[in-house]
Amino acid sequence: MLTWLGYFERFGKNFLHGAGVTLELTAIGLAIGFVLGLLLALARCFGPKWLQQVAGAYIAVFRGTPLLVQLFIIYYGLPEIGIAFSQNMAAYLALGLNSAAYQAEYLRGSINAIGAAQMQAGRSIGLSKWQTIRYVILPQALRLALPSWSNEPISLLKTTAVVFLIAVQDLMAEGKRAATATFDFVGVYLAVALVYLVMVFALDALLKFLERKTKIPGMDIETSR
Amino acid sequence: MPEPILTIKNLTKKYGENVIFQNLDLTVNEGDTIVIIGPSGTGKSTLLRCINLLTRPDDGQIWLDNKEITARGTDEDKVRQHIGMVFQNFLLFNHLTALGNVKLGLDKVKKMSDKEATEKAMHELARVGLADRADHYPGQLSGGQQQRVGIARALAMDPRIMLFDEPTSALDPELIGEVLEVMRQLALEGMTMLVVTHEMGFAREVADRIVFMEKGYIVEQGSPNEMFNHPKFPRTREFLWKITELYGKKEKEAD
Ligand SMILES: Nc1ncnc2c1ncn2[C@@H]1O[C@H](COP(=O)(O)OP(=O)(O)OP(=O)(O)O)[C@@H](O)[C@H]1O
Ligand SMILES: [Mg+2]
Repeated sequence: MLTWLGYFERFGKNFLHGAGVTLELTAIGLAIGFVLGLLLALARCFGPKWLQQVAGAYIAVFRGTPLLVQLFIIYYGLPEIGIAFSQNMAAYLALGLNSAAYQAEYLRGSINAIGAAQMQAGRSIGLSKWQTIRYVILPQALRLALPSWSNEPISLLKTTAVVFLIAVQDLMAEGKRAATATFDFVGVYLAVALVYLVMVFALDALLKFLERKTKIPGMDIETSR
Repeated sequence: MPEPILTIKNLTKKYGENVIFQNLDLTVNEGDTIVIIGPSGTGKSTLLRCINLLTRPDDGQIWLDNKEITARGTDEDKVRQHIGMVFQNFLLFNHLTALGNVKLGLDKVKKMSDKEATEKAMHELARVGLADRADHYPGQLSGGQQQRVGIARALAMDPRIMLFDEPTSALDPELIGEVLEVMRQLALEGMTMLVVTHEMGFAREVADRIVFMEKGYIVEQGSPNEMFNHPKFPRTREFLWKITELYGKKEKEAD
């Protein structure tokens, strides 16, 4: 009954390679998304009116349309106006640009929660607006965001599976190849699912660890829930 | 004649249509402790925020040490270095230890070396009696201790004047005394202070002048003796009587 476990022997190396690509996509997508998401959140919270609107529009568009559509526009659409990417580059970009919109929302929420009061406190000792953001607001907002932001890496890891559609050789693509070779779709995809599951569990443990590590002593409200 | 540190002339502040105060004048001399009292919503906090340039007045001028800080092109960050602010709800930086809170301005604003900043910060913490709590985070301190860290944080910048916005009104009665004691000590050392508070014991004992504000106007100001014993306006007497009654009990518990 558990014959599908045998696929790990036969395709183990391919799965491992695919999982590596999946993790790479997740890491790079998350990193691009974090940097851009942070900029978007800052723009929305502290930027001039027009910049707030630009950031708001970006977030609305990227959260309001399917990732697959964004991926296809980047990979198939942009070459028509002379901007061509490799498959992997297109995948990094689509995942990053998309994740940025979600990460911006997580960060914006916690920046607002830390908010105006801490800004006043920072300014009152002579820190500039940007110094206050850098040394007072962000260190607290990032910690505050962590528990809910932790959904994003996990969700992104699973979402990366769509990139096999532009022939990036991730875990999903390896699964598809193995399935075609064996004609055992159920068995192979169960094996693939198990690999995803292991990665998600590992990532989850890592995020929990990070949460414990960055906890502010004496502030137990968030974690005791 | 004593030198004025802070001069406020014709100050007007509105939020939209809502006039908070209009044509307000106030002078604070070097070394003075001025206590501002008045009913809720009168504009006391707004006045302090105007002085600290945390909000812009609509009209009028403020001078600090004979420099107009409301003038166009003023470097606001620089002005705020010279004005210490203590908030009702402390507003400590929760991710930093007591020492970190006091050091941040020395480090990032005054650009002191780490060693210098630590020494200075420890000195300020000792001044408020918290040298032994330097490595505690705000969440690990009592309200009274947090507020004293707040005072040390402001003092560290060597301000010309300290503003206090109801520094003890978020505190349990038994913690009020330790904060007032630090403030009393500061006054004795000659710090110039502008204090919004309902602690009439403190006002009576420490204030050089009490200013009674209502609905955006300064109704009356004078020495504690004048204000408590011979107020010119019945409204002043009424209000002082009321808050002494209201807060007097709390104060006794605090002693
Ligand atoms: N940012 C703001 N926007 C609009 N209105 C404001 C703002 N801040 C204060 N106000 C209004 O200004 C008035 C004065 O407020 P302020 O906080 O200065 O009063 P206060 O004398 O400090 O009162 P309290 O004793 O309750 O602290 C209030 O009516 C308040 O609603
Ligand atoms: Mg107030």
